[in-house]
Amino acid sequence: MQVDIDTVTVEISGTRLVEDVSLRAGSGQVVGLVGPNGSGKSTLLRCVYRALRPTAGAVRLDGDDLLAMNTRESARRLAALPQEAVAEFDFTVAEVVAMGRLPHQGAVARDTDEDRRTCAAALEGAGAGHLAHRGFLTLSGGEKQRVLIARALAQQPQVLVLDEPTNHLDIAQQLEVLSLVRASGLTVLTALHDLNLAALHCDLLHVIDGGRIVTSGAPHDVLTPVLLADVFGVRAHRVPHPETGAVQLLFDRLPTQ
Amino acid sequence: MATLRDRTPAVPHRTTSGGPPPPRRVPLPLLVTGLCVALPVSLACGAGIGASGLSWGEALHYLWAGLTGGSIAPDEVSSYVIVWELRFPRAVLAAVVGAGLAAVGVAVQAMVRNALADPFVLGISSGAGVGANAVLIFGAFGALGVWALSMAAFLSALAAMALVYAVARTPRGLTPLRLLLTGTAMYYGFSAVTTFMVFAAEHGEAARSAMMWLLGSLGGANWSSVPIAAGAVLGGLVHLGWSARRLNALAMGDETAAALGVDPGRLRRELFLTTAAVTGAVVAVSGAIGFVGLMVPHAARMLVGADHRRLLAVAPLAGAVLLVWVDILSRVVLAPAELPLGVLTAAIGVPCFVLLMRRRTCTFGGA
Repeated sequence: MQVDIDTVTVEISGTRLVEDVSLRAGSGQVVGLVGPNGSGKSTLLRCVYRALRPTAGAVRLDGDDLLAMNTRESARRLAALPQEAVAEFDFTVAEVVAMGRLPHQGAVARDTDEDRRTCAAALEGAGAGHLAHRGFLTLSGGEKQRVLIARALAQQPQVLVLDEPTNHLDIAQQLEVLSLVRASGLTVLTALHDLNLAALHCDLLHVIDGGRIVTSGAPHDVLTPVLLADVFGVRAHRVPHPETGAVQLLFDRLPTQ
Repeated sequence: MATLRDRTPAVPHRTTSGGPPPPRRVPLPLLVTGLCVALPVSLACGAGIGASGLSWGEALHYLWAGLTGGSIAPDEVSSYVIVWELRFPRAVLAAVVGAGLAAVGVAVQAMVRNALADPFVLGISSGAGVGANAVLIFGAFGALGVWALSMAAFLSALAAMALVYAVARTPRGLTPLRLLLTGTAMYYGFSAVTTFMVFAAEHGEAARSAMMWLLGSLGGANWSSVPIAAGAVLGGLVHLGWSARRLNALAMGDETAAALGVDPGRLRRELFLTTAAVTGAVVAVSGAIGFVGLMVPHAARMLVGADHRRLLAVAPLAGAVLLVWVDILSRVVLAPAELPLGVLTAAIGVPCFVLLMRRRTCTFGGA
């Protein structure tokens, strides 16, 4: 499913957080948003998973206006892993994943066999089948992220939106999460901090700074020393990944004052 | 759905070392059945236990007569009145109040995402108290007759919630932490207003009943106070039960709820209304009974887990049974004097609260 963000502007209490952003994620593409902290990545993604209503502009899923759909309908097409500290209620992993069925269920209907099968498959798919009976709060960061991916898969969406899915994870967990996401075959829109991870896993990158898209393209074309100096204020060298040839960055230390 | 199984992760997934065993839970049907048996038994005990020297046999006989509309001898009338007109409606009202407080506790905890919240923390109960005391002491809303107390409590609970909501709200939305802090501040404000009214009251008797009422009492219970309270509590339970799945989503965070197709702002507004209605109705008949809304949801959560579908099946029943017994205790501990219910619930609740704080690294909802 194709996602079109069409001239979206977000203004909160007089501050423009996102200005005139347009971008497209083609069906099955993994599209990364990169940019410094506070550049508007999360704000833009929140508009896509409907935690925030854009001040102007539209988001379309295969041409259908997201804001014209009711929220349950859009949640059946699009799932998200927001960046948020999770509450202190001790849900089990199975219960957390079952929440993914919410947009498919009536208010008081019981879980059907299909719901249960879908959840079990989603857990297996995210490599978290063995965690089903654990308490969610007792999991490690990487395990939690797997379970949340399973919840998103249980929504049976066609689009997956992720906001910094690798935050607070160790390197192995970061690679696990991104390869899971990549292997899902869904259209993926993700904010990422780590530029090297983004270069390895994304088909397309959009660089956002000050609420605007600075440049877009394949990682190889986008991640240039000039751009990194302009947007992030750092000096970097490009080297090809020895095995895959993907562009990777080596950063210089800042000059000592 | 795409399967991810063909793709092995970079490193085989590791489990957290020696994670705790899965939470042990009580089977839901067993628990609900148990509570459904315990509730009528408790109600019968409420009718049977008391200061006057009635035997159990007599008490049950009068209770049966009242329930079935049977006849009694003329010389039994005063005993019949004690059982059927005083004790039993009081026990029924205790059950209604307990169920309402427990249900509202569940709703408020999901709303602010914190297991240590209850209607008191949000200033709702004390807000309802302002309205109810205005009626008790100054005779406000006199035109509404029997509805005056409930309506005043409901309206002032609603106004209190609206005020807390308006103050806590920011252009970026409503965070649980702001809500809790605002609610706590308002709680003191509303309590001060009530206390002021008590002191300003002209006649001592009204002030005394208001003081009694500040700590919670079902001493004024009779059949006429049951329908409004029971109606509000039942309505609240239906709405909460209907929203159980959405409450799960809300408990995971506003962003997650939105991503799951639940509008967190709208759900929170619905919960505001339900909470105000139930709290208003309950406070109007029983005063301010603390800790039930805190303890019962938590205990229920330990027994059946955090899923609101199960939680809302268990917590109201447990709250009902608990409060029937608390009320019985309040009548017998210092008989013939009555202990305020708030004293007993605090005696049970404070140790529970401390244990709860010790057990959890409490973040109070985060921001």
